[in-house]
Amino acid sequence: MDDFIVNALLAGVGLALLAGSLGCVVVWRRMAYFGDTLAHSALLGVALAVSVEMLPIIGVAIVGVVLASLLFWLEKKQQLSTDTLLGIMSHSALALGLIVLSYAQNQGANVDLMAYLFGDILAVSRDELIWIYAGVILVLSIFAYLWRDLLSISVHEELARTDGVSVSKTRFMFMLLLALTIAVSIKVVGVLLITALLIIPAASARLYSKTPLQMVMLSMVFAILSVVLGLASSLHWDVPAAPAIVVAAAMVFFVSNLVRAR
Amino acid sequence: MENNILLAAENLSLKRQGKTILSDVSLSLHESEIVTLIGPNGAGKTSLIRILLGLSGASDGIVTRRDDLRIGYVPQRSSINPVLPLRVQDFLQLGARYSDDEIVRVLEEVGVSHILNSAIQNISGGELQRVLLARALLKKPNVLVLDEPAQGVDIIGQQALYKMVSSIRDHHACGILMVSHDLHLVMAATDQVICLNTHVCCTGHPDHISEHPEYLKLFGDALDGMAVYSHHHDHEHELNGAIVCTHHKDCGHRHG
Repeated sequence: MDDFIVNALLAGVGLALLAGSLGCVVVWRRMAYFGDTLAHSALLGVALAVSVEMLPIIGVAIVGVVLASLLFWLEKKQQLSTDTLLGIMSHSALALGLIVLSYAQNQGANVDLMAYLFGDILAVSRDELIWIYAGVILVLSIFAYLWRDLLSISVHEELARTDGVSVSKTRFMFMLLLALTIAVSIKVVGVLLITALLIIPAASARLYSKTPLQMVMLSMVFAILSVVLGLASSLHWDVPAAPAIVVAAAMVFFVSNLVRAR
Repeated sequence: MENNILLAAENLSLKRQGKTILSDVSLSLHESEIVTLIGPNGAGKTSLIRILLGLSGASDGIVTRRDDLRIGYVPQRSSINPVLPLRVQDFLQLGARYSDDEIVRVLEEVGVSHILNSAIQNISGGELQRVLLARALLKKPNVLVLDEPAQGVDIIGQQALYKMVSSIRDHHACGILMVSHDLHLVMAATDQVICLNTHVCCTGHPDHISEHPEYLKLFGDALDGMAVYSHHHDHEHELNGAIVCTHHKDCGHRHG
């Protein structure tokens, strides 16, 4: 196999491990819109990173962490509902990102917007692969460490609190993990499609799971399956890779629904 | 603090956005005592419970908890997340790790050991209530707090539930604090009733409370035509130590 295919496959599998596992919590806690917001802000991260000639993945991680903190703080302060706050943040960050990006382009930076919106998995470099796997290991370790608390607050926040779980700390940590996951995803599926990879495999896994851990494992398997199927069809039919991965995930979802319904 | 007092609140007040939720509320819970908190919707029952549990703070007043206090909390049952696949036994393991033996034993105690492996979303309301109770009992609590335990459970189920609460008190020697908006069914099991409507309207033994003017003012309309309660006195009670009406200046205000 060619190097670029191996790199693409490795990057895709890395992201699938993150999106599959964290996606379950996103589904449990109804955070799809939050994922979208972080993803939209990623463009701002890219634009800033390009302006100061950093790796985009680092810019995205920084902006994501700042945004997650800001949201966390606003949620406590504001009387507005979370989805309104998310709407404000999401679209302001996206608009700001586009402005900074166009400014950077005017300054002569060579940025392919499409590559960040929809990913460019076939162009993942060795360096980026190292960053991606550093992110995967970091996020999964913290996720494993937080697992019991995350589970508790997802089942019933009040009960978790009486068990001595710090609900806001756990929520905040998870927001940070999601921000890092978005950063890892930027090269693989891009900012517009990452939410799909968080939600769809987890939703498919829900059908077959009896326990939370089963759902996480199965969701990772479905996510990897989607990446492999998507990449293969992208190479075979010469279609863009990231959309092919998302379509593959959707097909896994529909097939598992059909199988389940029989 | 007296040694057999588990939990006490003195002069608690709570204001939220200029609105008085609780005003000058005092109560205490002793070992092996069942205290029932009754009051209409919006009376501040849940806010009071949250303060006693330490989930939120009061604007004013003191909560004292005995040093060795272990609180088992049974929340209102409506809110188990349906999206999360969870068997009853996984649910019981969430707070801390328990052996399979302990899990089976506590489920037997509350009479639902047959649903050990059922998905928690698929069990009936009465069964879920018992599972929540089992979860609280696993902590070997000396205080058990039950928020509207009878909600969504039919009358027969409610009687069984309250009977179980009494027997838990006898077996575990724990103090029990219950929230209810229906006095009649909890009567048999209760040692002390606290009638709450922002402030403590009256407290005392259930027999006395059901005759108390403040109680009748709160619940009188709802009681008309409901012949559930058959215990009639042929005399009027005097206000003795068992019945304390904390007369505020606003005691004559209209409730509801």
